[in-house]
Amino acid sequence: MAMEKRARFRSWWLPYALVLPQLVVTVVFFFLPAGQALYQSVFIQDAFGGSLQFVGLDNFRELFHDELYLASFQVTALFSVLVAGLGLSISLVLAVFADRVVRGAAAYKTLLIWPYAVAPAIAGVLWMFLFNPSLGVVAFWLNRAGFDWNYLLNGGQAVTLVVVAAVWKQVSYNFLFFLAGLQSIPKSLLEAAAIDGAGPVRRFATIVFPLLSPTTFFLLVVNVVYAFFDTFAIIDAATSGGPGQATEILVYKVYKDGFKGLDLGGSAAQSVILMVIVITLTVVQFRYVERKVQY
Amino acid sequence: MIEHRPLLTFFTHLILGIGVIVVALPVYVTFVASTHTAPEVLQAPMSMLPGSHFVDNYAAVLTHGAGESGAGVGRMMVNSLISALVIAVGKIVISMLSAFAIVYFRFRFRGLVFWMIFVTLMLPVEVRILPTYKVVSDLGMLDTYAGLTVPLIASATATFLFRQFFLTIPEELAEAARIDGAGPMRFFWDVVVPLSRPNVAALFVILFIYGWNQYLWPLLVTTQEDMYTAVIGIKRMISGGDAATDWNLVMATAMLAMLPPALVVILMQKWFVKGLVDSEK
Repeated sequence: MAMEKRARFRSWWLPYALVLPQLVVTVVFFFLPAGQALYQSVFIQDAFGGSLQFVGLDNFRELFHDELYLASFQVTALFSVLVAGLGLSISLVLAVFADRVVRGAAAYKTLLIWPYAVAPAIAGVLWMFLFNPSLGVVAFWLNRAGFDWNYLLNGGQAVTLVVVAAVWKQVSYNFLFFLAGLQSIPKSLLEAAAIDGAGPVRRFATIVFPLLSPTTFFLLVVNVVYAFFDTFAIIDAATSGGPGQATEILVYKVYKDGFKGLDLGGSAAQSVILMVIVITLTVVQFRYVERKVQY
Repeated sequence: MIEHRPLLTFFTHLILGIGVIVVALPVYVTFVASTHTAPEVLQAPMSMLPGSHFVDNYAAVLTHGAGESGAGVGRMMVNSLISALVIAVGKIVISMLSAFAIVYFRFRFRGLVFWMIFVTLMLPVEVRILPTYKVVSDLGMLDTYAGLTVPLIASATATFLFRQFFLTIPEELAEAARIDGAGPMRFFWDVVVPLSRPNVAALFVILFIYGWNQYLWPLLVTTQEDMYTAVIGIKRMISGGDAATDWNLVMATAMLAMLPPALVVILMQKWFVKGLVDSEK
């Protein structure tokens, strides 16, 4: 807390009353469940809620020997690299061109940002409908073109489908931040470079892209978090983690093992591992924010 | 523009045009599918022009949903609206109050309170889903509006946003209020709340979309059809498998479920952009 107010009010009860609603909700729905996840992660329990047995770190040890869990890690890694990589590059290209437009810029912006409003689950349904092997329009043309498309059987194609849906939904967000970043670059810099004979590509590579790097880094973290967590609904609606485990990312596995498999200890241990990942990402992001403030 | 390059300008519009088309394509196909009969949609390939059953399909889903299920999408939209409004307003109210306390009072455990709120930034609902479900179920909140909304109301983002904004309110205002004998709540209502209006509007847009688009949480806590939100309704409609699904009605439902948040983004674009940028600071 860097800044402090000098003028303060005095009351022995009011501040507590003011923070009470948020604290109650936070304790009941954050700390209690998170504590329970930590607690359950060191026990095994039978599916009917019966006997609890303390097993220490066995749940974690078991996870890291479980090939399905390790496979899920790989799927998650591949998925987030693809979502973040494609999402960032496509939106950067669109933002760079939108920044060049003189007339119609506002119209392009409006037409490109609205997918932000589409629920991830609906994005999954829309793309699943396009690529559905029996009734999808895109699937029909792919098959007609001689490409054997059936994401219900082919794991790689299923990953492609969820990546496309996830990127489609996230491009609008990245686009807005890139566009704002581009618009904050002083035009005089670019004009000076142009006078010195640097063409558009050269200007982009030597001036624009380096100046955008804080935005890019910020978006990279946001996109990885998005790919890890917010894509749950896309995957559940489009592929339900299948075929096999092909699109089962870590968050999906927590849900599946916990609610469908009723493996409470294993699911809780997975939750704990995810929490560690989120906390790491958040710390990285805050480091970045701190640095930004110093500029 | 720095220099005149007609070819590059043409290329610019070409790329942006392709971008706009790809962004719009799935929604266009959805719209087309929502205007045909079910057998017409099942024909491969489906016609790419709108059909003539727009009114029939939308009237059907609004009143009694897809297939035999019964619950109308009208009811689901109301559920979505209630949840989105309660989540947005609830988050804004509790975070304004706690941010006001943290900024304008010095009290014991202030650091602890701040830390407790701060740490929740790190725990998305997906991560602690099973234990949270258990808490809600123990409290008897399954299939209630409270169960749909209250667990999603606590979040650090809004509190931080308001705290940061309150710190920029000039000291003189609070001093003047104190000299005039106004109590803290009077100051809150007459000065802090009116000054916060732009932040509230921006945050409201973001939180409304967040609330409307919730998926995993309503999927778990609603089992009765009349408590489904629109997004969950779609998921339930398609879970019967390809053949059993009336895709024209599912797609009409998808269009209806997309409409309110899309309108909010387009009509309140200024607040939307501000909210997005602010809440990620």
